Amino acid sequence: MSAIPYITCRELVDDFIARYLERTLSDAEASDFERHLSVCPPCRAYLATYEKAVLAGRAVMRNEESALQDAPEDLIRAVLSVARRRD
Amino acid sequence: MTDILSESSLVSALRAGSNDAFETLVRLYMARLLAVARRFLRNEEDARDAVQDAFISAFRSIQKFEAGAKLSTWLHRIVVNAALMRLRTKRRHPEEEIDDLLPRFAADGHHLQEPVDWRLSAEEMVQQSETRELVRKSIDKLPDSYRLVLLMRDIEEMSTEETAVALEITPTAVKVRLHRARQALRALIDKEMTR
Repeated sequence: MSAIPYITCRELVDDFIARYLERTLSDAEASDFERHLSVCPPCRAYLATYEKAVLAGRAVMRNEESALQDAPEDLIRAVLSVARRRD
Repeated sequence: MTDILSESSLVSALRAGSNDAFETLVRLYMARLLAVARRFLRNEEDARDAVQDAFISAFRSIQKFEAGAKLSTWLHRIVVNAALMRLRTKRRHPEEEIDDLLPRFAADGHHLQEPVDWRLSAEEMVQQSETRELVRKSIDKLPDSYRLVLLMRDIEEMSTEETAVALEITPTAVKVRLHRARQALRALIDKEMTR
């Protein structure tokens, strides 16, 4: 059994996850992170659902952009008319 | 606009004060900017006003547009700032806290309530209208100080530094709020997914 203490679930969730996703964990921290995950199903589930929330959030909001390719003519005309008045 | 040559000639015409060029710009980017404004502002009238403010601001400041920059990126920053300005003038209520949506731990650092994975993948969540709506509504429920950081960093893909400048907070505060916003979003979705 290793003498190195595991990081706690709180440390993994509060401190490590965000830095893991932005790839700024040091090698030693990344190793602690992987080691904890390998023995902790709740933290694996937390990480999986955290990543799903981020990915789904991005995709849903970006999908709305492609679904809403409308350029209302009245708004276009309003913008052009204000700009011309300020010419 | 994908053609670099046509973008640079559009910028030249805009700098020369061409009304036709401005109309081209408005028609080219209206839908995209309106979609961005709608993500930030919860009502259509505010989104339309922010887009109008953004185009007028672009029209006035075209001389400051740096050669080599992308028009789409420049306009994106302008509409985000216009939307933030609208939100600042509207914000009257004190910010809600999101402590109830953050994970809780026992004194020994273990989860108080053990998380379980969702049965759907992120792709499946996006494909199904019910979960798509759940995700959209969950983002909308976040208090603005968290929702805006989530929108700017994860959806609009702005950098930590750009987000910090636009929101007038420190880069460290952006990172802390982003993590909490994602945690809160996860918790809001989790409530429905694990029912």
